[in-house]
Order: sequence, then structure tokens, then C-alpha cells
Amino acid sequence: MSDEILVMRGITKRFAGVTALHEVSLTVRRGEIHAICGENGAGKSTLMKVLSGVHPHGTYDGEILFEGEPCAFNGVRDSERRGIVIIHQELALCGQLSVAENLFLGNERARRGFIDWNRTNHEAQALLDRVGLRENPTTPVNDLGVGKQQLVEIAKALSKEVSLLILDEPTAALNDDDSQHLLDLLDGLRSEGITCVIISHKLGEVTRIADTVTVLRDGRTIETLPAEGLSEERIIAGMVGRDLEHRFPPRTPDIGEEVLRIEDWTVHSPAQPDRVVVDNATLSLRRGEIVGLAGLMGAGRTELAMSVFGRSYGVGISGRVVKDGREIDTRTVRGAIDHGLAYVSEDRKRYGLNLIEGVQRNVSAAALGKLSNRGWVNENEEYTVAERFRRSMGIRTSTVTTPTGTLSGGNQQKVVLAKWMFTDPDVLILDEPTRGIDVGAKYEIYSIINDLAAQGRAVLVISSELPELLGLCDRVYALSEGRITGEVSREEATQERLMQFMTRGQSS
Amino acid sequence: MTTKTAPAPAATPPAQSRRFSINLRQSGIYVAFALIVVLFAVLTDGALLQPQNISNIIVQNSYVLILAIGMILVIIGGHIDLSVGSTVALTGAICAVLTVQWGLPWPVAVLLTLLSGAMIGAAQGYWIAYFGIPAFIVTLAGMLVFRALTLTTLGNQGIGPFPDEIRSLANGFTGGYLGNVGLGPLGGADVVSLLAGLAFVGGFALSQWRKRVARLGYGQTVEPLPVFVLKMVGVAVVVMAVVVQLARFRNLPWVLVLLAALALGYSLMANNSVFGRHIYSIGGNLQAATLSGVKVKAVTFWVFVNMGALAALAGVIFAGRLNQAGPTAGMSFELDAIAAAFIGGAAVQGGVGKVVGAITGGLIMGVINNGMSLIGAPSERVMLVKGLVLLIAVAYDVWTKRRA
Repeated sequence: MSDEILVMRGITKRFAGVTALHEVSLTVRRGEIHAICGENGAGKSTLMKVLSGVHPHGTYDGEILFEGEPCAFNGVRDSERRGIVIIHQELALCGQLSVAENLFLGNERARRGFIDWNRTNHEAQALLDRVGLRENPTTPVNDLGVGKQQLVEIAKALSKEVSLLILDEPTAALNDDDSQHLLDLLDGLRSEGITCVIISHKLGEVTRIADTVTVLRDGRTIETLPAEGLSEERIIAGMVGRDLEHRFPPRTPDIGEEVLRIEDWTVHSPAQPDRVVVDNATLSLRRGEIVGLAGLMGAGRTELAMSVFGRSYGVGISGRVVKDGREIDTRTVRGAIDHGLAYVSEDRKRYGLNLIEGVQRNVSAAALGKLSNRGWVNENEEYTVAERFRRSMGIRTSTVTTPTGTLSGGNQQKVVLAKWMFTDPDVLILDEPTRGIDVGAKYEIYSIINDLAAQGRAVLVISSELPELLGLCDRVYALSEGRITGEVSREEATQERLMQFMTRGQSS
Repeated sequence: MTTKTAPAPAATPPAQSRRFSINLRQSGIYVAFALIVVLFAVLTDGALLQPQNISNIIVQNSYVLILAIGMILVIIGGHIDLSVGSTVALTGAICAVLTVQWGLPWPVAVLLTLLSGAMIGAAQGYWIAYFGIPAFIVTLAGMLVFRALTLTTLGNQGIGPFPDEIRSLANGFTGGYLGNVGLGPLGGADVVSLLAGLAFVGGFALSQWRKRVARLGYGQTVEPLPVFVLKMVGVAVVVMAVVVQLARFRNLPWVLVLLAALALGYSLMANNSVFGRHIYSIGGNLQAATLSGVKVKAVTFWVFVNMGALAALAGVIFAGRLNQAGPTAGMSFELDAIAAAFIGGAAVQGGVGKVVGAITGGLIMGVINNGMSLIGAPSERVMLVKGLVLLIAVAYDVWTKRRA
């Protein structure tokens, strides 16, 4: 038996003109925890999808050797048969079904086509014990928290006789206790001889638990390092490949008077109307200013933005929105747009674009009135506008009628930004504007944001990437559990300081 | 700046072949229609294209085509309407009560009937748009409820006969105001019909030419001139061939005039009006449309109001054609209208479709019906073929989309 359980060599994967992976190599030793680090869009998830057969054999170049044998997986079932199990970021559980049913989904404990419930629940209990989850196997998965659901996923993997377990951002949605439990569990699995590949943004966890770290950047393997004695800074240097200064275009802020003020803003959850999601938040934006909103997942950042923008989220909303000194009515999206507000969603495919239409019809979507006369649209003007944005923003598409679903993430984001720029807003709220975008396109998006500010607009940037906020913003608000817990100017802002504010109140 | 990664070279997919395949997808339906017409013309030894038969195809399918116009808008918006058959029956019954029993003048009666159809649509639109119940459920309920109301209104019997004006709207033909003209071997033909046909072709070509000139003025690419001319000549030949045949028979059916007006008006509305654009954007991505300030609920509501009014129009015409409002009127019309929309290129997920496509889809089914009955095929075989055509049309659409 060779020491190397998995060797991936020269993996190249292209999507519609974009090279996601370029000659990537990865070697995993038996029984280790191997961490893969890299920025968003570095190709980590794509690499794991190649490995697990989500991208079937033939759609990529290069070779995969598992246990020394070449592999040609045509789907997840193929790879699972060999003992490779992947747990995705978005959990793949059926919420209405019980824990036991989920554990054996597609792999039912059955006799002649009929489920053997005793065996199902009995074996489920054994698996739950193994991952340290004290729940009844008949509990519906929906009744469990995210952390416990994650454990159910791992138990499911164990039920499949896993020898290589891949976890994509397993702790991204977990709180500290759950994360700790999960890491301990992985540690335990390692001593049972199960090899783990873990993708994580949380470098603290990586340095603590991993044996080996492979760094990817822009779809290439940069380096593979032993984790022993490895510092977070050393990993970051590999991930970024350049110092922070040059990841952001230069800018000279020209800040004017206050343009928007959100006062005492309180929002309740539509699912549980007694739960406060945004708690008495007050913040202000000035002309020409780029302001950041930092917060951990679940802090209420998106909820704050969407509730202000036409009450698109939440119930029991109270508070005032003041623009240029006068309170404005933002109860409908149309009203918010008419008052010069724009909101670019964090999920451009679900909330931003009509993917079956081209640049032309997307760019005009929020301001058709500007292109029409008595209800009739002037398509020629519309085309001219689309062409103008295509050129000025460098949107790479063959024609302005090519469906935006075929464009790359960066170009899609530019289309969404163009849509809102065409409404000529005074205030733009950009929710995770560079999520899932490659590094080159990020720089272009930053330049566009700078231009927007230079035109005298106020920009509120919501981001989970603190370096992005530090590099881009004049001021940063920190949000924790729905409350504004701090406000830091560009000069005072450091990641540590922001993180302090972002976690404040969570322990108390 | 030195460390800025060079922008990846522009993704240049083979633009030429892609544009061609998209064109094929859009025009596939017309090619299929032409092939089906040729097929049945051969199978029936030309009987399909005889003047009287062409007239029959139009008159017999007019109500389904009117329903298809409303249905394509509903489907583009991402919904479905299963109640239109029952609405046809109920509005036909209302029209019968207003004219036959109450003796109201026919224009007033027709107007009130259209209004009642709009109110039926509004009632369903309310539950769908403002209450958030899926259209499938609301209109399934509507299908039962409006059929029940039909039976109540009619007291379980047919009501008729209708005034002549309503009958001629459904069955009648334009008058021979300017007499006939000899067309050599084809015999005499009505001058008014021929002039109307020429005016339609001329107007169509002129508006297309203007559109082309305007696009060129804005620096857009347009199809090469020979292709444009060829298209216009093709449209002119087809339209004039149909008109000449009709002019040789009994002039233009009034429903054809009505249909042409509806097709033009609704095409323009769907493509060029803000309202039409909003329907496409809602069907394309509901959340994105909402966050772009589209009044999703209001648009959805009015799409169903429109569907109800068009169903009422179909109801008047159908009742007028039979000269009686009956309890079983409009049975399974909803299925024909839905099939027409999907054969005509609508997407199940919404956001895609064309008014002209839906009408072509309806005509394809009409020609299959008519052609197969001419060659004496039993009705079960007609049904079988129609079902398979629907499946193949949608399969073709899915297949081309997957390749794109």
C-alpha cells in the first residue's frame, strides 16, 4: 500500500472561456488532514468537484490516481463507491426527513425493497454516537441547528465506508463551540485512519488541525507546506501573492456632506416575528464616501440593507431613513429607487440578474421609465445604453443580447452594477460585491466602486472579507447580533480591531 | 498597478455558430409549421389548401388562438391558467342571458361579457398575485367553480339563438363592397379582401423597414439586406396566398380580421411596452424583478385580468359559432391553449415566449386536426399525434437549450 492515497496531476478545467483550474496538482498522504487554502475563486471547490466526479471524467484534463489506480468518475456515485465522500458547503439534507432517513438516503437499509426501520434506526444511532451527536435518529433534520446538521452529514459519510472525506468550508456557518466539536471529531477520525481534505477560510483552524497545507491562487497550485510551525501570515502570503497595498486601486477621497442617515433601525425576523435581527442601528453616509459594514455571518448585514431597500426583508420594521435632511419613504422598492437608493445583492444569480436575457434587457430593468415614452420602450436607446456600459465597464460578452447566464462571475457583477448605475443613484449599497469573482475582476470592481464615489455618490460596502473593507473604505461600521458595535475610521482600522467589535456581545 | 493581473483575454465563444443556433431555435417553429402544411397538402391531394378549407381552419381555431394569446403572456410570467375553458363556457352563457333572455343590444351585451371575463380574471389574479397561492391551484379551482356557475346560469340547458351580429362575428365574412376581379385561371376574387391583404403586407414591410433603418441609425448590426428582402417576400407570398384563396371563397372571415388585430397589438405590447417587458422580467427572475422595482403583484394581477377578458372574447365567438351557449362549451380548451403556447416556444420556467409563436403553435395543432380529419383518421389517432407533437416540440426546445 502506497503512502499516497491521492495524487491529482495537471488538472485543468475550463468553463465557457474561463480557466478555473490550470495544471493543478495535489498529493494527499494516507491518514493525514490536508487543508486547501485560497481566496474565493482560487479554484478550491472546483478542484474538489473534479475529484468527486461532480465534473465528470472528460470535462477536465489531467489525471487522478486514488490508491495508486487511475480514476475516471462519471458522477458522485462513482467516487463514493471508491470511498471518496464530499460534504458541500450547502448541506445536502432533506429537511423534512428524519436523521436516520437522511443517513441512509440512496443507501437504504431495506429487505426486498421494504425499509427495515429497526435496522435503520439502530445503525443510525450507532453512527450518531460515533460523531458525538446526542439526538434521536427519528428527529426531523429541520429541527437541528446547522452545527448538528453538519455532524449528520459526516455521519452519513461514515455510513458509506469512507476512506477519503472532503469537507468544503465545514465551519463557515458554525459558532465556536460547534466548530470546536467538529475539529475534535476530525481529529478522532484521523486516528481511525480516515484521510481528510478540508477547505477552509479560517486559517486559525487550519494551522491547528492540518498536517499539510496546499495553497491555490488563481486556479494554480502555489505551494504545499507542512503545517508544523506554519504561521497564518505565511499562508496568507501564498494565498494573496502580493501585499495588500496593490490589491486596491489608488484613490483620493473627496468627501462631502451627509447624504443618507439610517436612524434607530429595528427589524424582526419574518420566520420568528419576536426575534430581533437588526437592533436599533444608526449609521450615516456622506457624498463621495465609501463606508464598510463588517459583520460575521448572521450579524444582520444583508437584513439591514434589504429592509431599508423597499422592506425587501423583515417584519415589524421601525426607524427612520433620512436623505439630504428629509425623511424619505422607502417602504416599496420603487420608492427607494426613486429616492436615489440602489441595492446590489450578494447573490447576483438569484436576486440580481435575469439570466436568460442579455446585457441590454438587464441594464434597463430598474429604470425602464428612462427609456420609454408613455409606456413604450425605445429599444434603440436601450441598445445604445447597453453598448455604452459594455464599453465603459469592460463587460466581456459577444453581444449585448447574449444571455447573461453564460458570462463569468465578474462580468455578471459588472452587469448588475451597470443596472444600478443607470438608475443614477445617490446611495449604493453593495452586498458582497466581489463574492465568487477572480482576482483580476475584483480589481476592476474596486475601480468601479472608486469611480462611483468620485462622482459624489455614497457607497456602503458589505463584505465578509476584512482586508477588502480595509483596502476600500473610508470608514467601517461593525455589526454584531444586529447592533452597530463600533465605527472605525480608515486610519484606525485593523482586522483585529474590527474583529473585536464584530464579536462583541456574542459572549455576554 | 504593476501587480494587477492582466485581464483574461475576452471570452470569445464561437459567436457565429451560437447566433445561428439561437436563430434556428426561434425559427424552428415556423419551419416545422411549413413542413406540416406541406405534408398534409400532399397527403390530402391539395384539399388542405382549398379556399373553403383554409377558411374553415381559421374559423374553427379562432377561439383557441385567442386563448393562446392570453395564455402565452400568463406562461411568460411564470404561471398557468387551467380555468380558461370554463371561463369560455361561463362568459358564453352570460352573453346568451344578456342578449337572448334580457334582450340587450348586442354591443352592450358583448362589452358586459368582456367585463365579466375581466372580473373572473381579476378574482383569480387576486388570489395568485396578492394572496400568493400558486396559479395552478387557483385556476384548477376556477375551472371547477366557473363550470359550476355555467350550469347554474344555463339551468342545465342550452340558450340560443344569438343575434345575427354576434353570429357573423364568429362565422361571418366581410362584404364584397367593391365587387370581384378576375384572376385568370383562379377565377373571380373579392377586391376588398385583396386590397386588405396588400395593405397588411405593405404596412408590415414598411414598419419592418423603418425599424431596420432606425437600428442602422443607432449603429446596430442588422441582418444583411438580401436576407431582409427574402423574409419580406416570404411573408408577402404566404399572406397573399392565403388572402387570395379566401377572396375566391367568401371573402375574409371577421374573426381573421379580429385575430390579425389582436396578434399585432399583443405582439407590440409584449415586445415594446414597459408592461410587456415587466412580464418577461418577472418570468425570467422573480426576485431580481422585485428588487429592480417592478410591481410584481400588480403586473401578475393584470396579466390574469387580460386572460379573463380574452377568454370572454373567445366565449362570445364560440357561442356565436354554435349559435347556442351550452353547458359543455370550452371543454379542454385550456389544454389546447397551453399546448399552443408550449409548441410555440414558451419555456416551462417562464420568461420566454412570443405571441406569434403561440399563434403558430395553435395553427400547427389546427392543421394537424384538420388535415387528419380530411384523410379520415379516427379522432383517437389525432389526439395521439397532437400529444406527441407537443412532447417533441418541448423536447426540441430543451435539447437546443442544453447545447447552447
